[in-house]
Amino acid sequence: MQFRALYLFCLVTAVTTLVACGGGESNVAQGNREGIFHYGNGSEPQGLDPHVVTGVPENHIIRALFEGLAVKNPYTLEPEPGVAKSWDISEDGRIVTFHINPDAKWSNGEPMTAHDYVWSWQRLLSPALGGEYSYMLYPVQNAQAFNKGEITDFSEVGAKALDDLTLQVTLDERTPYFIQLMDHYSTFAVHRPTLEKFGKATDRYTPWTRVENMVSNGAFNLKSWQLNRRIELEKSDTYWDRDKVRLNGIVYYPTENVVSEERMFRVGQLHYTASVPLGKIPVYQEMEDSPYVQAPYLGTYYYLLNTEVPPTDNLKVRQALSLAVDRDSLSKNVLKGTVIGAYSITPPDTLGYFPPKLFDYDPERARQLLAEAGYPNGEGWPGLELTYNTSEDHRKIAVALQQMWKDVLNIEVALINQEWKVYLDSITQMNFQIARRGWIGDYVDPNNFLDLFLTGGGNNNTGFADPRYDELVLRKAPQATTKAERFAVFEEAETLLMEQMPIIPVFTYTSKHLVQPSVRGLPSNLMDSINMKYVWLEQDQPAAEASD
Amino acid sequence: MFRFISMRLLQAIPVILVVITATFFLVRAAPGGPFDSEKPVTREVKAALEAQYKLDLPMFQQYTAYLGDLARGDLGPSFKYPGRSVNELIAAGFPVTAELGFYALLVALSIGGLAGIIAALRPNTAQDYIPMSAAMIGICMPSFLLGPLLVLVFGIYLDWLPVSGWGDIPGDKILPSITLGAGYAAYIARLGRAGMLEVLSQDYIRTARAKGLPEWQVVVKHSLRGGLIPVVAFLGPAFAGLLSGSFVVETIFQIPGLGRFYVQAAFNRDYTMILGTTVFLSVLIVLFNLLSDVLAAWMNPRLRAQFGDN
Repeated sequence: MQFRALYLFCLVTAVTTLVACGGGESNVAQGNREGIFHYGNGSEPQGLDPHVVTGVPENHIIRALFEGLAVKNPYTLEPEPGVAKSWDISEDGRIVTFHINPDAKWSNGEPMTAHDYVWSWQRLLSPALGGEYSYMLYPVQNAQAFNKGEITDFSEVGAKALDDLTLQVTLDERTPYFIQLMDHYSTFAVHRPTLEKFGKATDRYTPWTRVENMVSNGAFNLKSWQLNRRIELEKSDTYWDRDKVRLNGIVYYPTENVVSEERMFRVGQLHYTASVPLGKIPVYQEMEDSPYVQAPYLGTYYYLLNTEVPPTDNLKVRQALSLAVDRDSLSKNVLKGTVIGAYSITPPDTLGYFPPKLFDYDPERARQLLAEAGYPNGEGWPGLELTYNTSEDHRKIAVALQQMWKDVLNIEVALINQEWKVYLDSITQMNFQIARRGWIGDYVDPNNFLDLFLTGGGNNNTGFADPRYDELVLRKAPQATTKAERFAVFEEAETLLMEQMPIIPVFTYTSKHLVQPSVRGLPSNLMDSINMKYVWLEQDQPAAEASD
Repeated sequence: MFRFISMRLLQAIPVILVVITATFFLVRAAPGGPFDSEKPVTREVKAALEAQYKLDLPMFQQYTAYLGDLARGDLGPSFKYPGRSVNELIAAGFPVTAELGFYALLVALSIGGLAGIIAALRPNTAQDYIPMSAAMIGICMPSFLLGPLLVLVFGIYLDWLPVSGWGDIPGDKILPSITLGAGYAAYIARLGRAGMLEVLSQDYIRTARAKGLPEWQVVVKHSLRGGLIPVVAFLGPAFAGLLSGSFVVETIFQIPGLGRFYVQAAFNRDYTMILGTTVFLSVLIVLFNLLSDVLAAWMNPRLRAQFGDN
């Protein structure tokens, strides 16, 4: 009897607690009213020091906190004024003069100067800092030499403050994408007195980026930072273009688990998700007024072929493997139409550049090539190992390709998955036959993809070496004076690369997000680049309907 | 008792030293280092990075330097999060994990204890089979299945509880605590049932019933203390397990606890972070095992006699 009473008591307590917790206004509804953007950011940022960290979640927060000399317009990706109100480029393209906006201020009210940039770039390029993105400034004269410690006098590097508001940059040669680099966080200025208060310029781990210490120069200021929980930004009242900023604040959540993130979106805890779980995509694609947004992304998914070990040292084997991959079927059946088949390394429409398509899915020709290589119908095939880093999606793709090679060429390919760091080690040591690889562009230019395969390049990892290719990418392209001429050079390089087939391009990535209907001013673009200055929230929009 | 405790603490020192040494060399033996990334850095940059974190020193020197810092309570800077020390990261994550573990333990004890007692009162009847089958399911059901199921039902269909977070929205602590506690509740139910069954068959219980005591007095006053000894012995390891094993639940519910840092540190080869959390957790595990031994001794007069204090 007593136990039944106890049962009942527990049940009643549980139910009342549950009911009491229900209801209440969702983040999204409250955010729409107050102009606070709730943003799923993928993971906890390593930190917020623009010269030290690397990574996509870091990029999102840093680009809201700081602003570069020039920024990308989110609609066109063309550069537009940031800290610099204008810039001049000399006839030969080698001297870029930035005119700093006299209204540009640090969040503590101090004016921004050209000296801030000279000091900040010296910091990024100092060998002792170990800045992983220091190569972003390599187009600047002597920057590379300074970064490698070959010269120690920074005045030899081509960045000079002519006066407080004029920054003159001398480049090694014409670099059409240089202005774009000014929107990469590694080239941003940091506030010298703040950094020096907490340590040397080259210290990686001082507390200058903490809430109470941080001085930044962007449209938003750091308001709070709770580790692994949330980072809050609030609108800056010292930002030069503050009248244009419509959001009052942003809250970034470290949404590491994509499935949990999707659930948070469904109950109105997020305006925007960093990603969408693959399994949920077909459901969202079929919805009316779907919050699902997909757009081509500046990244290529490919397989590296080791050209120094058999059987992939044989060009015909490499070609046969590539021609036997049915990219359309992979995209449609395995990846639910979320990718675009790729036939070269540079993604299509990279600032108007379309790579040549030199081959297609061709099982007949693939079989013939394999026969010419000495393995007719797979006879005598020595076996092949495909290495990928542990992940369900990579596994699915590898299994699909394994099956295609079996069906078309009648050859066996073994799959090996490796934990991330082990995999990276295998790649750098070229300890593989075929290996998965992906490359996401740092800036919109074919150069960013084609320079991967320079002889001995850190990301080449295939053993591909072609002096003519190096010549085209390193010499001919920078010398080209018109866009058409330059793109023609890239096309030739790309053709050379695909003739040698040191890689199997598989697909071009897409960016995938869930976005609440109230979110405005957030266009899709190739860089998946958001400029928070442009974003606003429509007040009377309901949260997206949940679906399963 | 004092002698017993200090002996156990002294024994713990070599154990923890072995843990430190093994972890220190194992993490460095794993392929790939903290500064390997998808975009490989130049040799110069890598050397500068390693110099900043003293990785350029000979291995043994790194080891002694680490022990020296550790003796001062300094676990070093995190490699993955520049600007954060391991002490700080543990200080940020541990209270959350401990709170989660504590609630989970409460859930486990109340559900599991109750189920175990109820089952033991009428062995081999429906009152026994139903809670015990539920316990079996609880043991078999992993938290990465139970968590999303609970979220789907209570968070999304019924919309009663938040789907994620910790201390942000009222009620967001309920589902993670239940998810983490459920598996342990099942163990406690089985342990409690076994312990209670043994006690309930003792002569002194028959005596208590014979002299006409109401059933609840027999259970609460005379059987519980003896019957729950196995449960108490399990509590120390259970709490240690809850603290070090909450990674999955923390990930499902986006909880800013230590478990996430710990597992990610291993993937990131964040040497100082792996070491720091391992040392921290191993100290805790040793302490909790000790605590549960002391509690068990207090509850069991036969064991207590061995210490010779009273």
